[in-house]
Amino acid sequence: MRDPIGTIRSGATALGLRRAAEDNGDLPADGLLIVDVSGISGRVSAWDAVKLARDLKRPHALDLIERVFDRFQELHGDRSFRDDPAVVGGIAHLDGHPVVVVGQQKGGSTEENIQRNFGMPHPEGYRKAIRLYRLAERFHLPLVTLIDTPGAYPGPEAEERGQAEAIAKSIETLTRLRTPVVAVVLGEGGSGGALALGVADVVLALENAIYSVISPEGCAAILWRSGTEAERAAKALKLAGPDLLALGIVDGLVPEPRGGAQNDHDATARSVKAAVVAQLDRLSPVPVTELLAGRYERFRRIGVFVEPETAPAAPRRTWWKRVLGR
Amino acid sequence: MPFGRRKELPSHLWTQCPDCGEMLFNKQLARNMNVCPKCEHHFKIGARERIEMLVDKGSFEERDPLLAPGDPLGFTDTKGYPQRIEAARAKSGEQEAVITGSARIGGTPVELGVMDFEFIGGSMGSVVGEKLVRAAERALAERNPLVIVSASGGARMQEGTLALMQMAKVVAATARLGDAGIPYVSVLTDPTTGGVLASYGSLGDLVLAEPKALIGFSGARVTDQTIGERLPAGFQRAEFVRDHGFIDQVVPRSQLRDRIAFFVSALRPTAGEVRWSL
Repeated sequence: MRDPIGTIRSGATALGLRRAAEDNGDLPADGLLIVDVSGISGRVSAWDAVKLARDLKRPHALDLIERVFDRFQELHGDRSFRDDPAVVGGIAHLDGHPVVVVGQQKGGSTEENIQRNFGMPHPEGYRKAIRLYRLAERFHLPLVTLIDTPGAYPGPEAEERGQAEAIAKSIETLTRLRTPVVAVVLGEGGSGGALALGVADVVLALENAIYSVISPEGCAAILWRSGTEAERAAKALKLAGPDLLALGIVDGLVPEPRGGAQNDHDATARSVKAAVVAQLDRLSPVPVTELLAGRYERFRRIGVFVEPETAPAAPRRTWWKRVLGR
Repeated sequence: MPFGRRKELPSHLWTQCPDCGEMLFNKQLARNMNVCPKCEHHFKIGARERIEMLVDKGSFEERDPLLAPGDPLGFTDTKGYPQRIEAARAKSGEQEAVITGSARIGGTPVELGVMDFEFIGGSMGSVVGEKLVRAAERALAERNPLVIVSASGGARMQEGTLALMQMAKVVAATARLGDAGIPYVSVLTDPTTGGVLASYGSLGDLVLAEPKALIGFSGARVTDQTIGERLPAGFQRAEFVRDHGFIDQVVPRSQLRDRIAFFVSALRPTAGEVRWSL
């Protein structure tokens, strides 16, 4: 079967050359991705990436939808409870082809952020996403997801309405969705709330996006017992683009304009469009059974462990544990 | 991260029930499946004890016992990750936060995964993900029901985004069981939160839980930090989650084995024919 990752990575050499042009402010327009971290690793510190990824002026989902897609028609509601403004989605044309697009929506201002709940979806947001995934599957439209959230909303009402179940179901739906899926991490990929949109045949991230198991602040609060150690936590979590690429979390990085995506929404959109169109050109002819097998394998192989041949010496248990069998 | 457990640590003879304050002899407590005889408080138990409690005597065959974590991030907080693993091994006597294997429950062959909260808060890293996926893949190959007993604070921070991805990895495997008509029973025990609940924990064909188990998406500390809002008391308990529609049954520990036996027997896979025979 085809190996989507292998195909992407074969562009690495050409891209290495592209970086020089990008440093002069030009972006590659042909869908090439950064797949070799050597040229970019260490250019931006983990904490700087966190700040860039959270920049209020960074293009958010609707900014990009407007520029990357044509004729976007937003669709509302989860058909069960309400319309969650932190998740947007609908039908649009991408390079002339109808697709379904679903993304998390942060605000570009405080007022808009309050309306969008800072891009933190409630369960009904994930259920809206699932409804749109199913729509894409039923009518054989490719699905594009845009990830940008600090995380799923952790408030009491979200718990009552089954936040964990909604995320789990969203992940499950994507693992078996019978249509091509391309995910792009635009800014913040915050934990399970991001992963709910992140199970795809190809997972891309903007160059300065982050993707993490927990926010640096949350990690610092738990491991260092202090929210002020967030900078150290950010570094330790290896949440920035080059690390994500090296770990196989993302398949390629979408180049950003010089200084970051916030400086030029149009150029960022051109870069995203070229990358997503190139991936869908590649994925759309793949038979669905191969597509699903490839998607399964893509996630199946993530993880680092060792499998020793013989057992290490058993650690001694506290004497009362042995006596009491506890 | 071992919150909640400290109070429950026994001196060598007796334990005070954290719920009703009753002093309980350890032997008496152990005979009662580590459930307080007075108030039914369910103490946390280790994975080995749980397995012994659930499976037909002598039927458990452990799989992949030696799978061990790497240190892909070179993660160091107040302690290095490899040191944390060592400490967890000494404390729990286990190699990792999940034990998997094949067994029979009430005569039905099953694939079983049981998490151990004593091992870094039952956190899910690459090893937990891999062992559970292998268990699910065995269940698929053998057409045996899958039973996973969770006890976890969520994804293991020390493995970063790799740990997060284990959610997708395990769910991809359990989703295949559904397509193949093989039952998956998820049992949630105290506590099951974060990434484990937001993935395979919530996705069983049946979801069972032990009484009063803490079950929720976000831990109170994360919520405090992120939202600056305290969660009300009595929140995120098994009965609450059941009443909101996300758990099928709250099952006391003393009945758990028989209940699982009933369900895996009733749901065990057929070749597609309707099971209507004695």
